[in-house]
Order: sequence, then C-alpha cells, then structure tokens
Amino acid sequence: MVATFLRPRRSVLLTGVMSLYLLYTLIPLLWLVINASKTREALFSTPGLWFGDQFALFANIAETLSYNDGIFLRWVGNTVLYVVLGAGGATLLATAAGYGLAKFRFTGRRAVFAVVLGAIAIPPSALAVPTFLMFTELGLTNTPWAVIIPSLIHPFGLYLIWVYAVDGIPDDLLESARIDGAGEIRIFRTVALRLLAPGIATVALFTTVATWNNYFLPLIMLSDQKLFPLTVGLSQWSAQAQGVNARPIYDLVITGSLLMIIPLIAAFLLLQRFWQSGLAAGSVKQ
Amino acid sequence: MTTRRHGKVAVALAAALALGISGCSSGSSSDGSTPAANGTQDAVDAALQQGGEITYWTWTPQAEEQVAAFQQEHPNVKVKLENVGTGNDHYTKLQNVIKAGSGAPDVAQVEYKAMPQFALTDALVDLNQYGFGAFEKDYTASTWASSKVGDGLYGLPQDSGPMALFYNKKVFDQYGITVPKTWDEYLAAARKLHAADPTKYLAADNGDSGFTTSMIWQAGGRPFNTEGKSVSINLADPGVKKWTAVWNQMLSEKLLAQIPPWNEEWYRALGNGTIASAPTGAWWPGVLASSVAEGAGQWAVAPMPTYDGQPVTAESGGSAQSVLKQSKNPALGAAFVRWLNNSRSSIKIFLDTGGFPATTADLGSAEFRDKPSEYFAGQQINQVLTAAADQVAKGWTYLPYQLYADSIYNDTVGKAYLAGTDINSGLMDWQKALVDYGNQQGFSVKAG
Repeated sequence: MVATFLRPRRSVLLTGVMSLYLLYTLIPLLWLVINASKTREALFSTPGLWFGDQFALFANIAETLSYNDGIFLRWVGNTVLYVVLGAGGATLLATAAGYGLAKFRFTGRRAVFAVVLGAIAIPPSALAVPTFLMFTELGLTNTPWAVIIPSLIHPFGLYLIWVYAVDGIPDDLLESARIDGAGEIRIFRTVALRLLAPGIATVALFTTVATWNNYFLPLIMLSDQKLFPLTVGLSQWSAQAQGVNARPIYDLVITGSLLMIIPLIAAFLLLQRFWQSGLAAGSVKQ
Repeated sequence: MTTRRHGKVAVALAAALALGISGCSSGSSSDGSTPAANGTQDAVDAALQQGGEITYWTWTPQAEEQVAAFQQEHPNVKVKLENVGTGNDHYTKLQNVIKAGSGAPDVAQVEYKAMPQFALTDALVDLNQYGFGAFEKDYTASTWASSKVGDGLYGLPQDSGPMALFYNKKVFDQYGITVPKTWDEYLAAARKLHAADPTKYLAADNGDSGFTTSMIWQAGGRPFNTEGKSVSINLADPGVKKWTAVWNQMLSEKLLAQIPPWNEEWYRALGNGTIASAPTGAWWPGVLASSVAEGAGQWAVAPMPTYDGQPVTAESGGSAQSVLKQSKNPALGAAFVRWLNNSRSSIKIFLDTGGFPATTADLGSAEFRDKPSEYFAGQQINQVLTAAADQVAKGWTYLPYQLYADSIYNDTVGKAYLAGTDINSGLMDWQKALVDYGNQQGFSVKAG
C-alpha cells in the first residue's frame, strides 16, 4: 500500500462505481424534469428520455395547481403543516430526550435506551395498523392529529442526539454552569442547545424528510382527500390510471412529483454541512 | 463500545423482524352468511323521506356528478363523497375501519371479485331485507350473480365487463392478419405478427391475476368453490389446462409483450401498434377513447376467440355498490344505492361518461346498441359488446379472500411469467399458498 492517509490513491474502480451510481441517481431525476415538460399526448407518444415537440412545463404546472379545484395546493399546505408540527415536534422531543439520556443518570436509563434501539429497528409501516386501531379507539382517525402525533416519535433522532451529546457537551461545562447557579432548564436552553446545534439540524433534516415522504401512515389514517399530504394525494392521482375507470393524468403526477421534491432538494442543500458533520459525530473518539 | 452497540442493534433487529411481519393481515372469523328475511322497500322510502347524511366511498369518476344529481333530487339528503384510493388502497382502508369497528362509510364501491370477502366477514348489509331482490330482472345474469354470496344480496351492480377481443385493425390489415375466432387461430396470428415485425406483439401480459382468472373463467375452469367455511381450490382443472395450453405457448415463444398494464409505457404501446390486440372487458373503449388519443380510428372489436368455436365469454372487472353494516342509517344508504344503480338519471350520467352498464334495459336498447363509436372509426361496437354480455359463462365464483390471492399472484404465477416457464407450475405454487393462507384464516381449505 503506497497510499497514505494524507494522499489517498485514486482508484479507477471506485471512481467507475461512483460514476455509475451518480448516473443511477441522476437519470430518474432527469427523466422527471424532461417528462414534466411534455403534454399528456406526447408523454405516451415520445421516447422517455427526450423532450416532446412542445415545451409544456408551465402549462403542466398551471394545470397541476388547478386540477380538481386546486387540491394540489391544499395537499402542499397539509404537508407543510405535518412537517412543521410533526417533524418540528419530533426534533424537539428527540433533542430533549437524547440530552437527558446522555447527561443524567437515573434508574431505568438502560431500559429506555434498549427500547429506543429496538424501536429504531422496527419499520414504521409495521406499526401503522396497530396505531390505526388505537387511534380509532381515541376517535382521532381522519384528523390531522392522526398523522402528526405518530410523527412526533423519532427514535433514530433521539439516538443521534444522544451520541452527539455524549461527546459534544463536556460534563465539566455543565458542572461549572451548575456551580454558577444555572437551573437545569436554563442550562439546556443556553448551553446544551447551542452545542447541539449541528446535531439538531441533522435530526431536523431527517425528520423533515421522513415526514415529507410519509406515505403509509397517512394512507391508512386519512380518508378525507382534503387532509391528504402530497404523497398520498399524488399516489391517488397516479392510481387513476388503473382499471375499469382508468383516467390517467400521468402528466400531472409527474409535474406534481417534480414540484414536490424541490423543497427537499433545497433543504438538503441548505442543511448539507450540518448533515455531514452530524453523520460523522460519534465516529471518532477525541 | 462499537462492537457492543452493533450487538444490541442486531438483537433488536431480529426481534423486530419476528414481530413486524404481522402488520397487514386482515380477516375476521365471524360467519356472516345468515340470510336476512326478505323485506319490502317501505323502510327505504321512509328513510329517503326523512333525509339525513351518508358517506360514500368510491373511485369511480362519475361519482361526483351522480352525487350532485342525487342531492338535487333529494335535497334533504347530504352525501359526503370520499375517494380513499383506487383498488387495493380502497380495500385496505375498508378492512381497517371494519376491523376497528367504526369509521366505515355508509355506502362503498365493491368490485365483484371482492364481494365474497366483504360479505363473508359480515361487513355488508343483505339488501334482501329491503326487498331489493325484486330488481333481479333489471341486471345481467352474471353481474347479479356476482353481487350475491349464497342467498344474500350484498350490493346492486353498477357496471359490467363482458370480455371481447379488441384489436388494432391498422396493424392487422398491414400484416394480413384475419381476426381470430379460436384461440388456436389467435396463437397462429401472434406468431405471424411477431415474425413479420419483431417489435410488435399480438398481446401484452406480464402476469396479471385479474386477466388469469377471467381467462380461466372463459375456458370453463371453476377453480374456486366456497360452501360456508369450506373452500376448495383446484387450479389444475380441465378449464385451467385449456387456457394454459394456449398461453404457455404464447409465453414460451415470447409472443407476449412484457409490459405491465396501466403504466405509461403500456398506454404508449396501445397507441403505436406495439400491442396489437387485447382480450378484455367491455369498459375498454372508455379507457382507449379518453387516454390513447394516438390510436383513434385504428381499433376495432370482435367477439372473444373461443376454444371450440361456440360463443362464450367471461367478465373482467366491474363493481357493485354495497351498504355497510356499520352504517347508522342503512336504509338511507340502501336508498342511495337504489338511486345510484337503478334510476334513469344516475345511469344516464354513468353512460355519458363512457361506462358500460349492467342493466338489461340499457344493454337491450337500440339507441345504445347501434350507436356508432367515433373512436372505433364508426364501428357499432356495442353490438359486439352487448352480445357478449349475454354469453358470459355461468357458475364462476371468486375466493372469499381474493384480494389476498391477487396480492401474492406475482410471487407465484408471476415468477413463471418472469422465467418464461410453465404457467401450470406457477399456478400450483399459487394454489399451495392459497390453501395454507385460507386454513390460517379459519377456513377449511382443501386442494382439488
């Protein structure tokens, strides 16, 4: 091995694999952009990876926003609501709980930790039906709460904050804050939150993506179209192309999908550096 | 530290896998086949007089207009229309609210294939109690039979899908193919077309449970039989073998375009001649006319090919509307169903938007039968399609867990399609899985 830590050797194989992966990632995006610019007829009559005769992107956007009395905008509003309350609340809870688990010793701490780790491994869709039955008992199905409340729980976010807080907040610092007479709440607000900021941004990004893309839970919980988030709404539009009464509106589904991923791409670009540092957190012992 | 953490994660993961699988199973074990006493429509008329509010779950595109017309005729009734999803999404939700014991709509669309499943889990109201048995003469024999389970009547038929052969006349003419009357001729035509132009296929089929069951139905197979809680499954009966004898050849000689139905590529292939024919339900012209603009003037329809030249066909798709037991006002729900599928004003809306009826009055009317279709270059397509409605083979029933059966079709028969191997062996895998599942669900299921 000639390569050193400071000067890594460039591997043809790895570069090749990464380039393939890049193509694999970008081609669907490219397909989405190209096909969002086609008319409904051209979508079915022209090759998938090249433009149609007409550039209809803006007409498509206009129709997407106005189809079915502008239900798409309603879905955007719902999604934003679920993300702000659901992902926002999840981030807050994960931060408080992760910090608490990392910095306080109390009975049952290990048990809580084991439950959290276990919860990470359970796919949320496996819990959707039991959650649905529980929410029916509470009379909360087909309300926004049915989507927001389960979204508040994000075990992986908690775990991430916990890992981050263990190394990121020196115990001595907390000790001296206590000696200076600060209460625990104040320490959390003024000291811990600031030190945890990169971790919080990472968790916020994760929970935002999870809530933004949440499909199965709202699918099961909601029956009123006016409460749907974008995922369920678009899939309903897409399903219109099937079966006896098929009325495909793939042009609107594709344009809607394009519009839907733009905020996520923006969030990734803005929060990228936090995300990277957050991922690296805990991997190296200082 | 690191290794210990991994150890814990691995343990938790294993626990979750053991726990997590049971998420989506359905099924209730109560037996709902107790027949209700035959009643009269008085209760329904009274409920309609009194008015109230009901909820209706459907994904039919006509529903909005129909509900508006209903509310105009009956201003004291408010119908809350909800589209909770197409097909499986709709059924998943319906099963969940039934299991939860509340939250169900008063009226729901139920496809014929799903009717036994919901009727046998005691979710639907037997409409005989409102005297709806009197409507039997208004509907085709096959849709009426599909709305019944045992003696119970669990819905009124909305549409039907007697099968016919839709073909691209332009492609047929170009390659000198005559319209096949038997399945042997169909196979020969498929070979001829694909040999003349390897980019073209006579049919597309990459494994579709609805198509498979309908083709078995037409061939005379009756693989699913239910008697109360005992079910027998025989996916190797003579009818099944008749169909697979032809279709295995289509598959092994690569004469079937492997394009999944309903996706964007499929719609394109219907427009540009890649898929030159489709044996499918009478609702198909509506799909073509609304969504395959490129094929206008090219398509035509002929009776279904048969095995022995004797005209016979099967149903593909179609739905009834049912009243749910959870409904707090089932009589009003029944009143809405009666209006929806048995009144002139509602059926007119349904027909105007390209639906294919289940009502004999419409199928028999000269106006409907002789209307030339612009999309089909002036062909009087309904003459072929209404004739098909009278030729549907009798005695077919779906499984009382057909939705589950459809959902695992791809893991069994679908694999045979993928590998291009014997469909019969795929059907045997399907049968085995269905026998096992049925027994787990409290049925007594035997093979053969």
